[in-house]
Amino acid sequence: MMAVLQAYAPLLPEIIIVLGAMVLMMQGAFRPENDAETSRIMWLALAVLVAAGVAIVQLGEPARLFGGAFVDDAFARFVKLLVLAGAGGAMVLAFDEMKAQGSFKFELPVLLLLATAGMMVMVSAGDLMALYMGLELQSLALYVVAAIRRDDAKSSEAGLKYFVLGALSSGMLLYGASLLYGFAGTTSFAGIAAAASVAGAGQNLLLVFGLVFLMVGLAFKVSAVPFHMWTPDVYQGAPTPITAFLAAAPKVAAMALLVRLVMTALPGVQPQWQQIIVFLAIASMVVGALGAIGQTNIKRLMAYSSIANMGYALVPLAAGGAEGAQGVLIYMAIYIVMTLGAFGCILSMRREGGLVEDINELAGLAQTNLFLAFALAMFMFSLAGIPPLAGFFAKWFAFLPAVKAGLYWLAVIGVVASVIGAYYYLRIVKIMFFDDAKAPFMATRAKEGAIVALALVLVLGFVLPFVASPLVEAAGTAAASLK
Amino acid sequence: MALQAVFFYLFSFLTVASAVMVITARNPVHAVLWLILAFFNAAGLFVLLGAEFLAMILVVVYVGAVAVLFLFVVMMLDVDFAELRAGFIKNAPLGAMVGAILLIELVMVVGMRFAGTAQVVRGPAPAPVAGSTISNTEALGAILYREPFVFYLEIAGLILLVAMMGAIVLTLRHKDGVKRQSISAQNARNPATAIEIAKVPAGGYTVPPKAPEKVRS
Repeated sequence: MMAVLQAYAPLLPEIIIVLGAMVLMMQGAFRPENDAETSRIMWLALAVLVAAGVAIVQLGEPARLFGGAFVDDAFARFVKLLVLAGAGGAMVLAFDEMKAQGSFKFELPVLLLLATAGMMVMVSAGDLMALYMGLELQSLALYVVAAIRRDDAKSSEAGLKYFVLGALSSGMLLYGASLLYGFAGTTSFAGIAAAASVAGAGQNLLLVFGLVFLMVGLAFKVSAVPFHMWTPDVYQGAPTPITAFLAAAPKVAAMALLVRLVMTALPGVQPQWQQIIVFLAIASMVVGALGAIGQTNIKRLMAYSSIANMGYALVPLAAGGAEGAQGVLIYMAIYIVMTLGAFGCILSMRREGGLVEDINELAGLAQTNLFLAFALAMFMFSLAGIPPLAGFFAKWFAFLPAVKAGLYWLAVIGVVASVIGAYYYLRIVKIMFFDDAKAPFMATRAKEGAIVALALVLVLGFVLPFVASPLVEAAGTAAASLK
Repeated sequence: MALQAVFFYLFSFLTVASAVMVITARNPVHAVLWLILAFFNAAGLFVLLGAEFLAMILVVVYVGAVAVLFLFVVMMLDVDFAELRAGFIKNAPLGAMVGAILLIELVMVVGMRFAGTAQVVRGPAPAPVAGSTISNTEALGAILYREPFVFYLEIAGLILLVAMMGAIVLTLRHKDGVKRQSISAQNARNPATAIEIAKVPAGGYTVPPKAPEKVRS
C-alpha cells in the first residue's frame, strides 16, 4: 500500500486540488446558500491552492508516470507554481466584485479549482492524449465561469463565443493530433520525437500537417493572431474578476504546453515549427499594438495588450533551445504579475452604479486617488517595457535569445511593435495625470488593494538582485530540465 | 461462413437503404426513425465483426440517448423544414463541390492503398491471442482501467463533473412560489389540517372561506 502511494506521489498536487474541489462542492451543495457560506468556500479554495503549492515545493525526484503521460520535472513545477499564483490572485480579486454583482455562487471557486487542475495536467502532459484531456478540463470549466452571470446578455455572449470558438480549436487540435498519431504510430511525445528525428521527416506531409493543426489549436488557446478574434469580446463580456483569471493562469499553462510540445516532441523538425512560431509572434505583436489604439473600453484594451504580450512571449520560443524556454518562462512570470496588478486597478474603478470600464472616466484620477493612479501608471509603464520596471526585463529576456539565434529582424519588429504599443499605455497615464478630474471613484477595497500593492512591489522591485536572480535561476533550471 | 455473408449483406443493405431514407424522408420524425434503424443495422455489422461491446454501446448510446434526443428536438422545436430546404438549389453548387472534393480524397486514399505507396508508419496491429477466452468487453476493460489509461479515465470523469456542474450553474433557477412535492409534508397531513367543514346555508351560495388554489393549465 505504501509503495503504491509512493509511486503516485508526484500526482499529489493535482490530487489535493481535485479532492479539495469535490469536498467544497459537497459543502456548497449541502449547506445553506448565502454569501457568508460562499466566502468561506472561497477562502477554503484558496487554502487548497496554497496546499497544492506547498506540495509542489516538497516533491521529491523528477518522475514520469503512466507511461510518460504525466511528467513531473522542474519545468512542470515552475509553471505549476506560476499557475497556482495566477489562479489564487484572480480568486482573491473575485470575492468582493462577484458579491457586488450578485453572482457570488459557490460553484465559482469549485470550477476555478477544477480549471486549475486541468492546467496542471496540461503543463505535465507528455502525451497527446494527456494534452487534450487537460486542455478540455481547463477550457470547459472556463466556458462556464465566463457565462456565470447568466442573466447578463454580455456574459452569456462571452461564454457562448468562447465555447464555440474553443470547440472549433479543440477540433483542429484533435485533427492535428490524429495526423501526428498516423505519422508516428504513438501518441507519446518521446515516440513522436523519435519518429520525427529520422532524416527527411520534415518532408513528411502527415507530420507537417499534424504539426500545423496542433499549433493552430494551441494558438487559439493563447490567443495568438490570427486566432485571436474571440479575445476582446470574451474579455469584455465576462465578469471582470473572471477576465483577470482568463488573462493570467490559462495563458501561462497553454504557453508552457506549447513550449513542451515543440521542445520535447518535435525537436527534430525545428525549421518547420519555427516558421509558424515566427509568423504567430510577428502577427500578434503587430495586431496587438495596432488594435489597442482605438479602444475606449479598458477591458478590450487589456485583451489587445494580452494578444501583444503573447506575441512577445513567442519570440524566445522561435529561437528555441533551453535559453528560449527560459525566456518564455520569465516573460510569463512577469506577465502574470503585471496583468493581475492591472486588473486589481480596473476592479477599483467603481462608482455607485458598479464598475466603470470607459478609459475616459479615468480622467484626473491622480487628483482624487493618487495611489491608484500611481499603481496603474506603473503597470502601464511596465507593460510598455520602460526600464527599470519588470516589464523591461521581461522583454530583455525575450529578445535576447532571438538575437543570439540570429533572428535579428524578429527582435527589431518586436521592439518597433512595443514602441507603437507604448502609445496606448502612455495615453492612459496622460488621461489620469493631465486631464480634468471627473467624479472620484469609491474607496479601493482591501483585497484589490492588497493584490495591487503586492504586484506593485514586485514590478518596482524586480530590478533588485534578490528579486530578479532567483526567478531567472529557477526559470533556467526549469528550462534545462525540458528533455 | 455463408450464413455470415448473408447477414453481412442484409445488414449493409439495410444500413445504406435507411441512411438514404434519413436524408430523403419528408417528415423529420420519420427521418429520425430511419436513423435509428440505420444505427441498429450498424450494430449488427459490429456483432458480425466480433466487436460485441461496440455494438452494445452503439445501441445504448446512439439509439438510447442521441436518437431520442434528436426526436425530442425535432418534435419540440418548431423548425420549418420546408423553409430550410428552400435554399437547396442556391447552395447546391457549393455542396457539389465539397462532395466532389471528398470523393477525390476517398479515391486517393483507396488508390494509395492499392498502389502500395501509402507512407503510413504503423505499429503492430493488435491480434487476439490464440485460444484466449477473454471477451471483447473484458479486454477493453483491462486496458481502460489499468495503467496508463486509468489516468485518462479519471480526467474524463472530472470533465464530465465539470459539464454537469456547468449545466446546473447556468440553468438551475431557485424561483419563489414554485410548488414542489414534499413527501414528508404530505405524509404528515391529518384530517385536522386537511379537511375543513364549512357550513352551507340552505338556499344560498356562500363564498368558500379560502380561494381555491390556481391550477396551471
